[in-house]
Amino acid sequence: MRSNFVWQEIWVGLRRNLTMTIALIVVVAISLSLLGTGMLFVKQVDSTRTYWQSKVEISVYLCYADSANPTCHGAATVAQTQQLEQTLHAMPQVESVTYVSQAQAWALYKQAFSNDQSYVSMLKQTDMPPSLEIKLVNPAADYNIVSSAVTGASGVDSVIDEMNILDKFYRLLDGLRNAVVIVALILVVAAVLLVANTIRLSAFNRRRETGIMRLVGASNFYIQLPFLLEGVIAGLLGWVLASVLLIGVKSLLLNNLQQYFNYNVGLSTGDLIEVIVLAMVIGVVLCGVTSFLTLRRYLRV
Amino acid sequence: MIEFQNVTKIYPNQNRAALENVDMTINKGEFVFLVGPSGSGKSSFLRLILREERPNDGRILVAGNDLARLTNWKVPALRRKIGCVFQDFRLLPNKTVEQNVAFALEVIGKPRRFTKRVVPEVLDLVGLEGKHDRMPDQLSGGEQQRVAMARAFVNRPMILLADEPTGNIDPATSIGIMKVLDRINRTGTTVVMATHDAAIVDSMRKRVIELEYGKVVRDQNRGVYGQAY
Repeated sequence: MRSNFVWQEIWVGLRRNLTMTIALIVVVAISLSLLGTGMLFVKQVDSTRTYWQSKVEISVYLCYADSANPTCHGAATVAQTQQLEQTLHAMPQVESVTYVSQAQAWALYKQAFSNDQSYVSMLKQTDMPPSLEIKLVNPAADYNIVSSAVTGASGVDSVIDEMNILDKFYRLLDGLRNAVVIVALILVVAAVLLVANTIRLSAFNRRRETGIMRLVGASNFYIQLPFLLEGVIAGLLGWVLASVLLIGVKSLLLNNLQQYFNYNVGLSTGDLIEVIVLAMVIGVVLCGVTSFLTLRRYLRV
Repeated sequence: MIEFQNVTKIYPNQNRAALENVDMTINKGEFVFLVGPSGSGKSSFLRLILREERPNDGRILVAGNDLARLTNWKVPALRRKIGCVFQDFRLLPNKTVEQNVAFALEVIGKPRRFTKRVVPEVLDLVGLEGKHDRMPDQLSGGEQQRVAMARAFVNRPMILLADEPTGNIDPATSIGIMKVLDRINRTGTTVVMATHDAAIVDSMRKRVIELEYGKVVRDQNRGVYGQAY
């Protein structure tokens, strides 16, 4: 095996159809970076979902003196509250029930909006509903059972499911991810076709050389290797560009998302490396296999 | 060296056989002219020897290999034992004379030291002294064919196939080409040459196999091109 001969052939091949090679590299880069972005989104959604699902609670707001709800007749009595607590404790899906009084709710509210006093000055302690904060054993599965058990019970003002709020956010993220992945897949198809075309052009450009190689008894491997590596190298160059784009997506887009949360759901560098490595494998395998299949058609013995 | 046993070749979508029941043996070291009008099956004969085509019927033995039983990955090894020369030279225009010949060795993985030593020797053998660094377009037709012969012979094949090697060359220059082929033949290489050139065949007085419509109509030692000519 004369390696510098093979490299020389690859260089000649890549240079001779330079425009095709550039187009190929760009398309591979964009398709791989979109695919990688899709994968980063999946990871981001997963990490936020696991974080929130462990935190999600059901808040049962109880009637209070100033309650606007017509089903409330004055504040919930101690008996009503105890009755509710007993019902909930009896349910196997409930992990714990905590009573939050109007005073405690007011304290929490003031703390949450401590940096915006206008919200605090608008309300007073008697505007805060007392509540039962329910922690579930398995939030995703058990929410409906527990919430329907207390909805409409006497003394209950309203039942707020945090899952409902999160679902909207998840739907947004899922939709975004699906859109990115669909565009990426279309581009991957385009990349595959481009690889096939580039290799075909390259084989056609060098049909004189390959014809002589066949006649003098060069092995198939020797004849095909430069073309195969041509595809793989273009794929690798595309991947390098894609990696740069992915690092950009992570540090500019996803890390900015992080600042909207006061707890850590950001992706680690490890996640990014995993996605980049996966993109490389996909890029190399895609280009290599496509080149190989194209060559089987155009460089027969 | 080359043995055809009742070989028939019919190309797809053609009702007439390109070769029909061809049965012959060419021995080691022989010089054979293959003559006959266009379409008589000369090229098919050569392509079958190279295993570029496979026969529909019959058996072909080349250098001890039964071509029907030769697997695809062993075809390159067969072709390393066969050199080829064509009417249109088939040189690489962007390589020098020396690089063109060296290419044939490079692509079968021969070491550089070997190539450096052997290529100039072969170029001198075919009569291209002092022209090693020329480009093909700086050479005459005869000289280009000499380069092609050097490339075909550089790996010391057992068989040299020549498909109308003098077809593009004037008669005077053709004599030089034939001298080179003769010289190659004298090293023990079997030479099979397809040709239309009656003068050359008549002057060489070698074995002549005549094909017509895919059949062998004459096989004659020390023959001439044809009775009619």
